Amino acid sequence: MSDQNIEQYKITEEPFYEAQEDELALYEAAYESRLPVMIKGPTGCGKSRFIEHMAWKLGKPLITVACNEDMTASDLVGRYLLDANGTRWLDGPLTTAARIGAICYLDEIVEARQDTTVVIHPLTDHRRTLPLDKKGELIEAHADFQLVISYNPGYQSLMKDLKQSTKQRFTGLDFDYPDSKVETAIVSKEAGIDEETAAKLVKVAHTARHLKGHGLDEGISTRLLVYAATLINKGIDTKRACKMALVTPITDDNDIRSTLVHSIDTIFA
Amino acid sequence: MTTEELEYADYRDKLKCSFEQIEDCFDDYMKDALRNLSNQGVEDYLSGASLVCMIGRGWEPVSIYLEEMPQMAKRVGEPILEIVSKHVWDMSRSPNGKAIPPFMQCLPEASRRLGTLEQMQHFFDILFKMLDTTTTSVHGHHKTHSSQGFLVLLKQIPYLLSQLSLEGLKNWIEYGVRNYHNHPERQKDYFDLKSADSKAMLQRERHGTLYMDNERKLDMYMRSMWQTEEYFVPYSLGFDELRKPQPYYDSLGMRVPDVYDDLDGVRGINRYRITLAHMAAHKRWTERQVADNLSPFQRIAVETFEDSRVEQLIIREYPGLKKYFLTLHPTPIEGDCDNEKESCVRHRLAMISRAILDDNHGYQNPDILEFVGKFWDAMKDSESSTKEMLGIAISFTARTRLQSDQLPKVHFENTVIDYRDDNRHMWVFIEENDEPEDDTSQPQSSETIEPDGLPPRHYHEWDYNTSSYKPDWVTLYESLHAPGNASDIDKILEKHSALAKYLKRILDLLKPQYYVRQRYQEEGSELDLDVAIRSLIDLKSGSQPDPRINMSHKHDGRDFAVLLLMDLSASLHEIPEGCTQSILELSREAVTLLGWSIEQLGDKFAIAGFHSDTRHNVRYHHLKGFSENWDDSVKARLAAIEAGFSTRMGAAVRHASHYLEGQKADKKLLLILTDGEPADIDVTDEKLLIEDTHKAVDELSSKGIYTHCISLDKKADDYIEDIFGAGGYTVIDNVEKLPEKLPMLFTALTS
Repeated sequence: MSDQNIEQYKITEEPFYEAQEDELALYEAAYESRLPVMIKGPTGCGKSRFIEHMAWKLGKPLITVACNEDMTASDLVGRYLLDANGTRWLDGPLTTAARIGAICYLDEIVEARQDTTVVIHPLTDHRRTLPLDKKGELIEAHADFQLVISYNPGYQSLMKDLKQSTKQRFTGLDFDYPDSKVETAIVSKEAGIDEETAAKLVKVAHTARHLKGHGLDEGISTRLLVYAATLINKGIDTKRACKMALVTPITDDNDIRSTLVHSIDTIFA
Repeated sequence: MTTEELEYADYRDKLKCSFEQIEDCFDDYMKDALRNLSNQGVEDYLSGASLVCMIGRGWEPVSIYLEEMPQMAKRVGEPILEIVSKHVWDMSRSPNGKAIPPFMQCLPEASRRLGTLEQMQHFFDILFKMLDTTTTSVHGHHKTHSSQGFLVLLKQIPYLLSQLSLEGLKNWIEYGVRNYHNHPERQKDYFDLKSADSKAMLQRERHGTLYMDNERKLDMYMRSMWQTEEYFVPYSLGFDELRKPQPYYDSLGMRVPDVYDDLDGVRGINRYRITLAHMAAHKRWTERQVADNLSPFQRIAVETFEDSRVEQLIIREYPGLKKYFLTLHPTPIEGDCDNEKESCVRHRLAMISRAILDDNHGYQNPDILEFVGKFWDAMKDSESSTKEMLGIAISFTARTRLQSDQLPKVHFENTVIDYRDDNRHMWVFIEENDEPEDDTSQPQSSETIEPDGLPPRHYHEWDYNTSSYKPDWVTLYESLHAPGNASDIDKILEKHSALAKYLKRILDLLKPQYYVRQRYQEEGSELDLDVAIRSLIDLKSGSQPDPRINMSHKHDGRDFAVLLLMDLSASLHEIPEGCTQSILELSREAVTLLGWSIEQLGDKFAIAGFHSDTRHNVRYHHLKGFSENWDDSVKARLAAIEAGFSTRMGAAVRHASHYLEGQKADKKLLLILTDGEPADIDVTDEKLLIEDTHKAVDELSSKGIYTHCISLDKKADDYIEDIFGAGGYTVIDNVEKLPEKLPMLFTALTS
């Protein structure tokens, strides 16, 4: 549709992203052939940032949808609304992306119900179409359109897994927390603190990541490290900042808290 | 006679006591008293001693009094003089006169431990309350029998005070008094620390940070900061007075003390962490060395240097630990050890170790300084190695060896570094490995250990008298119920076929319908056309339209886990008035119908029965497990249920909850089918088990398990609400109706 403001979906400034391996090249190759991409990885390891960075690099608009379990197919595709003259059709984000040729990024796709996720099927194979059955329209996807989904295989329950038929329509990239050196660089650059403090923060994160599965669902993420570093940068006492950003949010278990506080205490002497 | 002696003679007149034995030492006593007491104090001292003398228990109590009281009064204040003599006087007027000498003997230690008059007062209160309750009378008002426990208790007081706070001592004593009040022999065992629960209670009341309370934290510590998973074995510091055990590790796990007190501001939990950090560091950085060519002195030197090395590596990794090491590491004082008279090996090594750790050690000894320098050279820019430490250590022993090192008297002061392990993991003994290994014994033992049933489980029990749990009080054995004839159960179903048909109709209504349409939604998945058109008409005709024109679909499933706990006590054999069947048979029919109904609904369902024969034997029978279907083997077990023994409900409820907790379900329900109140033959206090069951129900509800009791006891109203709370129970008066009522009740509860 011509009345769509494409510009609003464009990313104008370069989002900071530090490559871990060859994921930039892999993604670009997938985009050239418009292959759908699935990104797996724990929370806060940089999945969304990566997509933003790629959209900026390729100069394409990006439409992000945060999925949740109340989301229905019409939240993706679009629905009829009432107005003064009767009903009016409103495109959903997926339809908009297909029309304007954007990268459509469905974040945490497994949170959505399985009957919702099947609507993306016709867009992800050779057809590249989206039937709007309620409206009686068949949309041919724009040549620039690409679908990207992300999910975290770690914490969801067995109930929340993608169907095989959905999984097998995507190419996959595995993300994890970067290794200590890269992560230190990221934390230091993103929050503007010195490398030494950043390295210590990363060390704290590692102690917590060892507890994953033993009382912690998820270790301390890079995102939280950046938060902690930002607080430290604002002049907050290091240990207080760590407690606020790294310990309190991730657990209510007193034993784990005590262990993490001790590790912060010994790492930041 | 000198003036001094004259003065003493004055005092001697004031002491009304004519035992010869005190004459010899009286002057010394007085010298001590005059040095430590005020004038008023001396007066009180002498009158107190006179009082103690008058009780007619011989010269011993007086002499202890005269000897010990001045120091004690100095320590905690002079009012103690009068308090003690008064208590001694009171005791002499009771059947407990024999306890006076041991009482006097335990006082100095107690005053040293407790330190203030106020604490001593509390201490006396505790002791004499115990004495009062355990001194029994046979015929009413006069207390005639001496306390059995008091005498042995007094002997244990010094040890107890070294282990317990006053609060802990109070709890420990009260527990003994409460539970062995009427049983003199057991009372004696308890207060003599001979019985098992006496030790268990002591363990629970000990001060400091208990290993048991912190196991998980330590586990996490090792996992998160050292990336190892260790098996910990706690050992007790309390019972080996002569040789303090040290932490160590071997292939069977890490041995750590069962309790750590706070020390110089380092909290107990951190002392654990430091001990573990040290062992973990050894595990990571220490290589094993051949011990055979080294003398014992060389070995401990190597161990010291290696300990220091791994400690420095720990500090590199976690600099925050250094402050703890500095606090916990003893500071040997240079020149403290006399080379002529004692062996200074330990002293020298502790100095080395301190000097490496503490930059401000201030030691002057050139050898120490040189070898500390060598240590740092080795550690510069690298992790060094155990081998290198071995070299440094051997040249250190060669340089500093003295003739006196062989002396039997070893200088120990300030050389014990208690967070370090004994380093047994460091050495390989080549010679000893030649010994034949007794491999043959092992497979044999593993065969005999094979248990024939599940191991017993221990549950605590709530004692409402004290508002505390009795630890590991009840022993519960679980087993699969022996099977009977499954066709009996089918016969029951046939007999109640009319009822079953009726139930089926209700159950069909209850069956989950997976999709439910929710209409009148402002936001929904689909447009609800009927409502939309109506709104549109409203809009066109100028009135306010209803914006809720969407609808959506919702999942609606049943997700229940139900455990039915049947009371199988002896009273089930009774045939109630006006019935032809016993309660057991009726219960069986009811449970059969219930089981069949729940199977129709597809809910997760388990059945178990229980009865008890004292706290040592609670039986828990599995009739149907959650994963089993309603099949012949389950029916066979149900057909075979037998009634017998008593109803100790709390433990059974706790055990059932343990199974429900393991189930994944939105709602968890424990149904209890019983015909009477909780009771057991070893409990005389009716209220005790009622309160305990109530507590167990509370525990369950805090775990999100809903408990409902179906009681067949017509007189249940007196107690049942106290246990299950309002609405948590149903009393079925007409027992014959049970087979019909039970499934109905279940459907009502869960719909």
